Parts: sequence; C-alpha cells; structure tokens
Amino acid sequence: MGAVLVVYSTIAGFLSTAPALPILHQSIRNLYFHVPMWFSMIVLFTVSVWHSIKYLSSNNPDNDLKAVQSVNTGIVFGLLGIVTGAVWARFTWGQAWSFDVKQNFAAIALLLYFAYLVLRNAIDEEQKRAKISAIYNIFAFPMMVVLLFVLPRLSDSLHPGNGGNPGFNAYDLDSHMRMVFYPACLGWILIGYWIYSILFRVSSLEKNKLN
Amino acid sequence: MKKIITTILLVMVTLQIFAQGQGSAVANTLEGSDKIYVVVVCVAIILLGLLFLLFSIDRRLKKIEKKS
Repeated sequence: MGAVLVVYSTIAGFLSTAPALPILHQSIRNLYFHVPMWFSMIVLFTVSVWHSIKYLSSNNPDNDLKAVQSVNTGIVFGLLGIVTGAVWARFTWGQAWSFDVKQNFAAIALLLYFAYLVLRNAIDEEQKRAKISAIYNIFAFPMMVVLLFVLPRLSDSLHPGNGGNPGFNAYDLDSHMRMVFYPACLGWILIGYWIYSILFRVSSLEKNKLN
Repeated sequence: MKKIITTILLVMVTLQIFAQGQGSAVANTLEGSDKIYVVVVCVAIILLGLLFLLFSIDRRLKKIEKKS
C-alpha cells in the first residue's frame, strides 16, 4: 500500500502539472519528497514516545526495543529531510545552510534524538538504560515539536509557514498538487512504519540469538 | 548504524563542496531547466539513503543467519 502510494507520487510528482512560480520554478515538486520525510519522522517519533510510555507502565523490554528502533528509523528520515532541504535551499535561497531558524531548529531537534541514542549507549545496565531513555524520550518529543513548529514561527524565516511567510497550501498548493501531495505523505509514512517494523524484527531476533 | 551516519555526513560534506563553486558546471545544470534537476538530486539522495539502510539491515541479518 505504502509502496504503491510512493511510486504513484514519484511518477505523478514528476509528470503532473505544477503552478508556475517565481524562484522555485519546477523545484516546487520537491514538496512531494522533502516534506513527507519530515512527516514520517514525526510519526515515527510519536510511535517511539507511545512505546516509551508503554514501557514505563508495563516494563516489557519489547516496548523499549520498539522505541529505539522507531527513533533509529525516524533519524534516518530526518537526515534525509535535512539534506534534501539543504539542496533545495541552495537553489532557492542561495545557500545550502543559511542559518535560517527552521534549519537550525530542525538540526537541534535531530541532535536531541542523537543524544537519546548516545544516552542509551552510555548506560550498561539494561533495565536502567530502558527506563532512563524512556523518560528522556518523553521529554525530547515535546521539545522536538516546539523546535519544529513553535519557535520558527516566532521569528523571521525563509521557510514557508514561518515568520509571516504563508505556508505552501496558502497560495500554491492547488488541487492538482494536493492529489499528489497527500498520497505522498501517507505513502512515505507507511514506508517509514514498515522500515521500523523490519528493524524491530531484526533487532529482536538479534537479541534472542545472543541470549 | 554508525556507518550509515558517517556516509550521510560525508554526503553533506560533498554538498557543501559543490555548493561553493558558484559558477561550476554542476550548479549551472541544476539552476537551468527550471530547476527540475534539483528535484532529481533530492530524490536520488532519498533513494541512496534508503539503499544504505537496506544494506545495513542486510548485513545484520547475515550475522544472525551465521549464528543460527
């Protein structure tokens, strides 16, 4: 299902008509690839928080493993999002990294989750590690949401949807683009969830084999 | 995981390198044709990233298969 939607959105993303825009030109089609990366990352981090909360209430090590693996997958999507964002910015804003608030805060949000993985590696005792990292994860999630959606809106930003700039949907996400954009988001989110479940299965196999 | 992160970081470094050549051939191609090649580059990056992820999963599975 996710694969079908992603294939559709990739093909349609290149072939469908796009509105004529200054500066962006055809690179508006990046909307179908760059934005869903972030959406899938957020969904994966939400899954992770959900499992962290479940771990704290049930103490089931499987929940801990699920939380880690969804953060792993989420970070991959976040990195892809930030790299494609830098490429897009290079050719629309003139610089790959213009220290725009949105870029900076997105990088900080990713660093928060790198810190989560570092924290995990730093603690040897299994139960303690699971518990502490679950609590950290629950705090990191609202921080990530604030960094990505609240703080950039408070100052000037080149990124659409922030600092007085209207979001894309305000003026140029016409019905043609919506037809591609929404399936793209859903498709990538499903792909992200699929990758996460594969990673979880592999790592739980690893764990069972090692013990 | 470590290897993936290093590769992605290296990709970012190379991006910085060709971002510096203001009038380079690569930058000119990407700026031309209504910037459609910018989209191509982004899709290629996503594809490469996911392929590296697949290879890392493959490597981990191989280890498990050896043990069993």
